[in-house]
Amino acid sequence: MGNPLHSITALFASPDALVHAVQETVKAGYTRYDVHSPYPIHGIGHSMRLRTSPLGYFALAFGLLGAFGSVGLMTWITLVDYPLVIGGKPFWSWPAFVPVAFELTVLSASVLTVVTLIVFYLKFPNNSHPLHDTPYMKRVSSDGFGISIQSDDPAFDEASVRAHLARVAGTDIAAVYYDPEMIDHGQKLFDPRFIGLLIGVALVVSGGTYIALNKVAFMEPFNWMMEQGKLKAQAPSTFFADGSGMRTPVPGTVARGFLPYAFAGKPAEAENNLANPLAPTAEVLARGRTQYLTFCSPCHGNFGRGDSRLRGQFPNPPTLLSDKVQNWPDGSIYHVITNGQNIMPSYSGQIGRDDRWAIVHYVRALERAQSAKESDLK
Amino acid sequence: MSTALVDYTREEEVIAGRTTASEIDAVVSAPLDRFPSRLWWIAFSVTGTMLGIGVVSITITVLFGLGTWGINEPVSWGFDIVNFVFWVGIGHAGTLISAILFLLRQRWRNGIARFAEAMTIFAVMCASIFPLLHTGRPWLPMYLTPYPNQHGLWVNFTSPLLWDVFAVSTYLTVSAVFWYLGLVPDFATLRDRTVKPVKKVIYSILSLGWRHSNRHWHHFERAYLILAGFATPLVLSVHTIVSFDFAVSVIPGWHTTIFPPYFVAGAVFSGFAMVQNSLILVRQYFTLKHLITLDTLEKMNKVMILTGSMVGYAYATEFFIAWYSGSQFESFVFINRALGPYAWAYWIMISCNVVFPQLFWFKKIRRSIPAMFVIGLFVNVGMWFERFVIIVTSLSRDFLPTSWGHYVPSLIDVGILIGSFGLFFTLILLFVRVAPVISLAEIKSVVPGAQPHHHS
Repeated sequence: MGNPLHSITALFASPDALVHAVQETVKAGYTRYDVHSPYPIHGIGHSMRLRTSPLGYFALAFGLLGAFGSVGLMTWITLVDYPLVIGGKPFWSWPAFVPVAFELTVLSASVLTVVTLIVFYLKFPNNSHPLHDTPYMKRVSSDGFGISIQSDDPAFDEASVRAHLARVAGTDIAAVYYDPEMIDHGQKLFDPRFIGLLIGVALVVSGGTYIALNKVAFMEPFNWMMEQGKLKAQAPSTFFADGSGMRTPVPGTVARGFLPYAFAGKPAEAENNLANPLAPTAEVLARGRTQYLTFCSPCHGNFGRGDSRLRGQFPNPPTLLSDKVQNWPDGSIYHVITNGQNIMPSYSGQIGRDDRWAIVHYVRALERAQSAKESDLK
Repeated sequence: MSTALVDYTREEEVIAGRTTASEIDAVVSAPLDRFPSRLWWIAFSVTGTMLGIGVVSITITVLFGLGTWGINEPVSWGFDIVNFVFWVGIGHAGTLISAILFLLRQRWRNGIARFAEAMTIFAVMCASIFPLLHTGRPWLPMYLTPYPNQHGLWVNFTSPLLWDVFAVSTYLTVSAVFWYLGLVPDFATLRDRTVKPVKKVIYSILSLGWRHSNRHWHHFERAYLILAGFATPLVLSVHTIVSFDFAVSVIPGWHTTIFPPYFVAGAVFSGFAMVQNSLILVRQYFTLKHLITLDTLEKMNKVMILTGSMVGYAYATEFFIAWYSGSQFESFVFINRALGPYAWAYWIMISCNVVFPQLFWFKKIRRSIPAMFVIGLFVNVGMWFERFVIIVTSLSRDFLPTSWGHYVPSLIDVGILIGSFGLFFTLILLFVRVAPVISLAEIKSVVPGAQPHHHS
């Protein structure tokens, strides 16, 4: 056989014989050897002078990662990204975070430790080791106890290794050869095919996730909840003759707390019959100010000067500080807000009755404030 | 009268009689290599039919909504949550056997750990069906997890139901990893045994190229120990968190601090009953009686009498505290459980969980296969009814008598329950055909003479 030699293997009759042989092998100065058994043999790590496995430190690190990572995520979510009061508790209700933090600690510690074990300590998956498929492997896989001494051992010499194994009562001593073509010693993590596979998996997983979250979840039949046998406001309906889902009230219906405006289109009557029911208290003026700034100021300006914020996109209304408006009774201003005038629409839909009267008071205050007299200074 | 001296310094042998590693390989891998027998096909068709009933019921639920179930106000948690808690509990025995008994160096666990772990995984899979369906829109499970979504919303981290999502999914993942890690060396053994090329490829991939090297066993054992160390508090946390679903609420009969230990004990109790029942069938059918011995089953029965008594003690404590608290609602709930409209369920629970397992004090019954099988069956029935009693009696009659109601499950509810049993046993039947039901590496390590004698 022209293939290079990988190792010399030998089988032993019992675990005791194996332990003895391992001790002798160590004593003989071999370092590149391995011991195979179908189950872990107690104490053989001691005979092989193996150091304690450091996996515990990895488990600790991964556990801390899970603990701090989960607490950090929950802290960020509840304090920074979307603070929400739940059950009157503080935003950062740490006792409630304990279960999730514990579970994620265990999850990351367990899974990542196993991944570390498999990838970095066992260097798996690797199905192209020379020992695979040898008669030796078939025995130690089932009921054999064996030692293999590798050819790259500094003290390796085929004849002396065979003699050594025979001396420690090894049987079935055999040489294992390997085909250099079949053994890939390269770093498998950076193999282009492996990286290609990773990219492919990433594309499939992210694409699948995107489609599942954004498309499938909103497709038939999963969106059936959207289709309900009820009518929504503004939606069309074939049920009613007019094709509209929304019903208008019966003519003459009066809503609770609402009286129809008696002077629509009758400014003269409004002027003579309406009086402001509110007293100009500080509270009423504050209310009027809020309402004025919300509804009136976009066109009339913050101080009633007719200086619109609309930058000419809409015709500017006249100033509220003119003599005409100053001489109007309160009822006329109320009438204009309620009824509308020229291109100004009615605001009775947006502004309640008392708020309109409060605005009237506030407009009066604006007028008075901006037409001060000499006597005011005294 | 002579007293026989027992030497407790010597550990009892786990395996009956003399056997060798190659014999173990042959007997355990036999079911994987031969065509399934007629008995297997009969069992498979029965469980498959049950599974089919479940699939039909779930389809009807998905198509027509939760209105097809018996739940309504005030009993908005019915069969779905009962079955969820029941199945999660069944899973607990597997982790207890594989992790806690491993840490306690109970060597008798080696013969049953693999099967029990598989049961854990299947039981948690069955359990997860129910809360998912209970959400009403099981096709939107991503809303259960905190992921950055277009709504800008996150999940509520202060809710026990959210804790459940994390607990159950972590439990399933860690159990599966633990199970697979243990399977790796066994897949390598099967890889070297098989003569069929397709199987060889599959086993090679699954074994990751395991070589039974003691340099690997060295790290492997450490990782296994670490996983057992993590799985132990994990399994205790899972049913604790499940009990929080109830204990954190204010419903009388639920709002009690005894729930976490009481639930965990009950979970182990029912899980052991399920493992014992299944193992009796498996060892009979696959002639593994010398590997899963009567002694092992007896030890499981001892665990059952322990946990069963803990559960019975918890029932008594609940009654005492209900009276001692002086809370009218709390007292009423317990009187209502024992004497109210669901009294029949309560007394099924008491007799199956507290009374019948006491028969295990007799060694004859503890070691009689038919007797222990029947008692194990009773325990499973009783533990299912325990969850039914806790959930339904508390919800149906809580504070306001005007809001009381009565819960009757619908046929669909029953169909999904049957389906979950169908899924569980179908998965077990498939499992025993594709993977070794006994951990080859672990059982070989406890064969007499498997370990070297103490060397100084």
